Amino acid sequence: MYRYDEFDHAFVNERVSEFRAQVGRRLAGALSEEEFRPLRLRNGVYLQLHAYMLRIAIPYGQLSPRQLRQLAMIGRKWDRGYGHFTTRQNLQFNWVKLVDIPDVLAALAEVEMHCIQTSGNCVRNVTSDPYAAAAVDELEDPRVWCEILRQWSTLHPEFNWLPRKFKIAVSGAAEDRAATAFHDIGLRIVRGPNGENGFRVLVGGGMGRTPYVGQVIREFLPKEHLLSYVESILRVYNLLGRRDNLFKARIKILVNTLGIDKFREAVEADWEATNKAGIDLPEDEVRRIASYFAPPDLPEQPSRDEALAARREADPRFAGWYRNNVLPHRVPGYASVVISLKEPGRTPGDASSDTMDLVADLAERFGHDEIRVNYTQNLVLPHVARADIPALYDVLAEAGLGVGNNELLGDMICCPGLDYCNLANARSIPIAKEIAKKFEDPARQTEIGKLRVNMSGCINACGHHHAGNIGILGVDKKGTELYQITLGGSPKDDAAVGTIIGPGFRAEKVPDAIGTIVDTYVERRHEGESFLETWRRVGAAPFKEALYGAR
Amino acid sequence: MPSVVTANRLDDGIVVYLAPGGGWSENLADAARAEGEDEVKALEAVADAAVRDRLVISVYPMPVEVKDDGTVDPISVRERIRASHRTTLTKDWYDVPL
Ligand code: SF4
Repeated sequence: MYRYDEFDHAFVNERVSEFRAQVGRRLAGALSEEEFRPLRLRNGVYLQLHAYMLRIAIPYGQLSPRQLRQLAMIGRKWDRGYGHFTTRQNLQFNWVKLVDIPDVLAALAEVEMHCIQTSGNCVRNVTSDPYAAAAVDELEDPRVWCEILRQWSTLHPEFNWLPRKFKIAVSGAAEDRAATAFHDIGLRIVRGPNGENGFRVLVGGGMGRTPYVGQVIREFLPKEHLLSYVESILRVYNLLGRRDNLFKARIKILVNTLGIDKFREAVEADWEATNKAGIDLPEDEVRRIASYFAPPDLPEQPSRDEALAARREADPRFAGWYRNNVLPHRVPGYASVVISLKEPGRTPGDASSDTMDLVADLAERFGHDEIRVNYTQNLVLPHVARADIPALYDVLAEAGLGVGNNELLGDMICCPGLDYCNLANARSIPIAKEIAKKFEDPARQTEIGKLRVNMSGCINACGHHHAGNIGILGVDKKGTELYQITLGGSPKDDAAVGTIIGPGFRAEKVPDAIGTIVDTYVERRHEGESFLETWRRVGAAPFKEALYGAR
Repeated sequence: MPSVVTANRLDDGIVVYLAPGGGWSENLADAARAEGEDEVKALEAVADAAVRDRLVISVYPMPVEVKDDGTVDPISVRERIRASHRTTLTKDWYDVPL
């Protein structure tokens, strides 16, 4: 795990004292709200519906037990005992007092965390594959490059006032588990013509009001040029991106207005003229950073564990959880374990301070001190010995965390919506809860199979509804919450934006509408076909008819 | 339809309502009601002074509905949620009907 050097420590601590002074001046009246607002936003402090919200950066979704325990402590001491994990792999506290935030930031700094660049028109938290350094299909650890990008983009003087916020994701595996195609820049580590690793660079993806799948700007970028190339993309965007219209300011609009070819030409010309050696990281520096990400020492173990096999035989609940939440690991005898934050009845992505403490303990007992946050709003222990899995499960199940719904219908992504968010048009959490209730039976979810259901409370799409196989978007129609359903979205390698299937539904009708869609899929699917495959084969007509036919 | 003035408290961000004496209450039932534009303006003037005094931020008037028992309810879902001050962590808590 990356450790702060003296510079990082000094810098973060300076920011804490700076913000403490700013809060002091605000409370004393030396700063008006208009003057203070951009300062607090730069430190991750939003004013939401009920209270202030503090967004804490979790770089590439990686946490140590010590950090998670500190987050638990912060939740208990300064919030209401819980936080919300987001699709940016960050954590939000919903009820912190402005007067306490300087102390919270100081507590975060103690464990090398902060809230810098979790808001504002700058490069936001770089996200990644939660199974980095564990997945069997990984070419190279993406976290090293995330960390390099993090250091480079933190307070980068040229890119601190971009036309709009900027999101980067890096994946180092064959399967895209970081939704890279829906990012301003998506980076995929791929094998190059001479067998060396480099990046396939996607640009201009994004959700929100105008969703786009990212386009390839470069099929293969030698690794050593990552920073100079990304810098050229940002420079072109910074110069040509629109600043006159908030809704047209993201890079996706620029890329799609110019066309990818023209945009590429501009970037390549800038890159050509760039002094790459002045920007790209020297090889020994890359090696130094990479050394922080050395995988834990995992002595090989027999890949078949008899006790584990017997438990799967004898305990159907355990077997069901295991089938969905235990993923293969590259080292024989190990696995990655998903801790679902989607127990039916709970707010998706919320974790209490007790849960955080428990997961920190489990990471120490069974998980080689590593925890990851998945953008799908679950936690992951990436390195667990298979022999320890039954004991781990027993602790999770006891705490209500043994829900085996990873990647199934119940594993919904859900933004805070109108229960918390100042920008929301409609509630999303209660809808997710109602859907979870309808599909509570694990056998039913297993029968349906993998299905990504994503939900947002407004067009900003924090809940990734565009990328859901089934997407749900809350809108406000003359004071009534209405829910638009999209079908056929995908966040993976076959990335696609979902299609609106028809008129929206009132809140109480949404669970049944999802039921109808699922039934239509199950009836129509060929053996082994995923929802997307069926959707692509049969098209919208049968779904429309099932939903609206009787009207 | 009467209006009340709502805001968030500066120091902790909590939702509050302007009360008849010029104080701020977390309870909508305590809110001063204004009938007509002039009364709303008068309440807003009091609220603006509270912004200058650094008591509250994000001030605005909102319409409310008077129920049969004389108490008031916000009209919009958003304001009903704000007035409820509710968290969504616990199971089965949701009592603002879908
Ligand atoms: S999608 Fe909209 S409602 Fe949901 S968190 Fe984002 S801004 Fe708020």
